[in-house]
Amino acid sequence: MLELRDVTVAFGERTVLQNCGLSLDAGERLALMGPSGCGKTTLLRLALGLQMPDSGTVRCDFARHAAVFQEPRLLPWRTALENVLLATEEGQASRDAALRWLEKLELGDAAALYPDELSGGMQQRVSLARALACRPDFLVLDEAFKGLDDELRVRVLTLLAGTLGQTAVLFATHSEEEAQALDCRILRYRNGKFA
Amino acid sequence: MKSPARKLLPALGVTLFWLAVWALAAAAVGQELLLPSPSQVLRCLVRLAGGAEFWRTVFRSILRVLSGILAATVLGVLLAALTERSRVCKLLFAPLMTLVKSTPVASFIILALIWLGRDILPVVITGLMVLPVVWANVSAGIAGQDIQLLEMAAVYRLSRWSILRNITVPSVLPYFRSALSSALGLGWRAGIAAEVLTVPQLSIGKRIYESKLYLETTELFAWTLTVILLSLLIERVLLRLVRTDFRKGAGKHA
Repeated sequence: MLELRDVTVAFGERTVLQNCGLSLDAGERLALMGPSGCGKTTLLRLALGLQMPDSGTVRCDFARHAAVFQEPRLLPWRTALENVLLATEEGQASRDAALRWLEKLELGDAAALYPDELSGGMQQRVSLARALACRPDFLVLDEAFKGLDDELRVRVLTLLAGTLGQTAVLFATHSEEEAQALDCRILRYRNGKFA
Repeated sequence: MKSPARKLLPALGVTLFWLAVWALAAAAVGQELLLPSPSQVLRCLVRLAGGAEFWRTVFRSILRVLSGILAATVLGVLLAALTERSRVCKLLFAPLMTLVKSTPVASFIILALIWLGRDILPVVITGLMVLPVVWANVSAGIAGQDIQLLEMAAVYRLSRWSILRNITVPSVLPYFRSALSSALGLGWRAGIAAEVLTVPQLSIGKRIYESKLYLETTELFAWTLTVILLSLLIERVLLRLVRTDFRKGAGKHA
């Protein structure tokens, strides 16, 4: 389970989050919606342990984390397949699973290509394949579908909704449609808080 | 893409131009003692290379210089890793490296002459000149790792070994290669200078010193040419070994 209690984060003079809290159980899906700069990404970073709050507590019991950031964050010197395999266990089974994910995300022909040979949308899908291939029990999506065209985004969201199972999802998005496609409970930013 | 011949042509043209300038200058001076011509130097080099003593001398000098470069490279990488891991190490090493970099090589040689044996001294001097270059470049490479990739590695809880292999080494290697390129030239110059001042047996430095002593200007040029050729050759070979493109079949997509 993930629990954030009374967390406050400030960058210099600017307080981004003040006494914020949320909790997420196994299998639960939660979408954070709000305008740019309201602190969605900061909340995700706190949940992933990439940042410490100035005050408050963050507790995360999930063992296997995965994230699709706003940027693909792929290793430029590794192929798409090698990037997907990065977070998986060694062995043929992982390799087969990684290839299956690439195929499901319509990247079957791109497995041997390097990130700079892929479009932005393809890179983002490789990042998604990497996240799914490691079979996470906690998945963070930070505006993860931004680079995809509308039709592809619908196909990817449908695929994701059908395969997430018991994976807890924390999803920052501007699109209510995306949140609904993943069957997420929605927390909206109002008056300085997510509620 | 340019063919190898088309890439070589300009370099060959430039080389021939400067050889012509040298030949004309030698002809104008007209005294081999002051400025030998390229052909005189080449003949001298061929004559020297015909003897076993030449190759033994070259081999021993290569051994000294490369030992110094290798030791300094290993130490430089280790110190750079420590520097980027600990603020205390950074505070301690940074002024030390600046001091080493700024001290004239002659001061080191004379000091080291008091403390060390003649044979080991060129190794130490070469190492001292190379160490700050490797340290500075590798430190910059480690510090310049992509923070977004490191965060990704933290999220996926990659092992230290995986981070080293997949992120740190590929990020640092271009810096390391650049350090090696500078270090090799620097190492050769410092190593031979140390040999000239310490005159160890079987060394190019000793032969340069003797050429100067007996006013064998042509031999001086021939040995200097040997050093230049060795430096270029070894740099080419070593830099080929240090690949910075981690892609399989590098270049096929270029």
